[in-house]
Amino acid sequence: MIYILQNYWRALLYSDGYHMTGIAMTLWLLVVSCAIGFCLALPLAIARNSENPFIWGPVWLYGFIFRGTPLYVQLLLIYTGVYGLHFVHNTPVLAGFFRSAINCTLFSFALNTGAYTTEIFYGAIRDTSHGEVEAGRAFGMSRFTLYRRVIIPSALRRALPMYSNEVILMLHATTLAFTATVPDILKVANDAYTATYAPFDAFGLAALIYLCISFSLILLFRKAERHFLAHLAS
Amino acid sequence: MKKLFAPALAVACMLGTAMPTAASARPFTQITFGVDATYPPFESLSPSGAFQGFDIDLGKAICAELKVKCVFVNQSFDGIIPALQARKFDAILSSMTVTPERAKQIDFSSEMYDEPTSLIVKKGSGLVPSAASLKGKTVGVEAGTIQETYAKTYWQPKGVNVVSYQGQDQVYADLLSGRLNASLQDSVEADYGFLKTPKGADYQIGGNVTYDPKDVLGSYIAIGVRKNEPELLKKIDWAIKEIHANGTYDKLQAKYFNFSIYNAQAAKQAP
Repeated sequence: MIYILQNYWRALLYSDGYHMTGIAMTLWLLVVSCAIGFCLALPLAIARNSENPFIWGPVWLYGFIFRGTPLYVQLLLIYTGVYGLHFVHNTPVLAGFFRSAINCTLFSFALNTGAYTTEIFYGAIRDTSHGEVEAGRAFGMSRFTLYRRVIIPSALRRALPMYSNEVILMLHATTLAFTATVPDILKVANDAYTATYAPFDAFGLAALIYLCISFSLILLFRKAERHFLAHLAS
Repeated sequence: MKKLFAPALAVACMLGTAMPTAASARPFTQITFGVDATYPPFESLSPSGAFQGFDIDLGKAICAELKVKCVFVNQSFDGIIPALQARKFDAILSSMTVTPERAKQIDFSSEMYDEPTSLIVKKGSGLVPSAASLKGKTVGVEAGTIQETYAKTYWQPKGVNVVSYQGQDQVYADLLSGRLNASLQDSVEADYGFLKTPKGADYQIGGNVTYDPKDVLGSYIAIGVRKNEPELLKKIDWAIKEIHANGTYDKLQAKYFNFSIYNAQAAKQAP
């Protein structure tokens, strides 16, 4: 254990000297994919609530595909599959983007968490109480203002507990990153394991780190819930 | 009876100088080898499920010399040392290179064979395995291999982009897709696993690695046994010497390779 800590503390924390690795890489994957997923999910959740099948249909299909297949398969398809396509190879912008392993990983992670987050927000928006909406209408709000000032703030608050779950599941999903050569915490733990052949030390340490991150996330979300959902308590 | 026994004992003693006799309580009737049978031509499973390959044949030859039964057990490589410690088998026979790290955990026999590390590049790229040639290029290696350590020790500090992969097949896939400019692995794996397959037609060996002052590539490939069993190790070493002496080794080598895979580095001891 001490050997692993002495030799791998830097790689576990932030860098192997050349690339970002370990905790820094895992958190970077988590934050960026959740941020993109969130921005993606908000408009899609509104579209999913539309009555026009040409608007909610594609969003439903996106959710159906990305929630219906394993993230591992999605990552493999995007990392190995997409870059192998001819038109991607021949379009410099696309080739440049998909050549990078971290781009592919973030792309697939964001699409995946985006699909789940869309479903969470969709449910929350759908369940907005009629009273709130009617009050807004009676106030003479336009549809846009109604969404901006009543429905979305209310829906996001109510979605918070479910969303925190999704973020923690996403943290656990980042362990797939090394499939696409991105050196996250698990990759460093794997290095430590192959150097020492001490599975409980190497992977136990990784488990402990994930536990700490999960726990910090839970604490953060609990604080946020207490702040934003205070009016719902009782 | 005694008269008959005395010469037999004398013969046994004479033999004893060449072949160490067992003093263990358990009768020595078989050796169980742990094998990761995913690494042709050294060890793999035939379509019918039988173990086959150069290592397997060498193992059988060793057992034949020692006049014991040979049993092979399949075990994935990353868990093969813990499995040996857990007594799932008596010895590791799985193209394992002797490295200082591994030698801390288990003991190794004398050299079985030795294969150089080589760089695969696209034909016509002109890349050779040196930091100067590969500067600014991307080189793929399999995580956990000595080749990964090599590339990270000598090349990465000098501006070569080294990328680690979970499996060797992924390295080849990215070499084909163009993400990688070159890949580093042992030469026989490169030859059998890639260059001799249809996919590898446009690729060639850019050269073998020779520069290794820090000895990260380790020494040679050997059989691994638990540290508390010097008797078994002595027997295996003796059998390896015998199959070299009686020509069995050369015959088996000719069956698989068209070059000498024994590097005669036997003088170089395991660290």
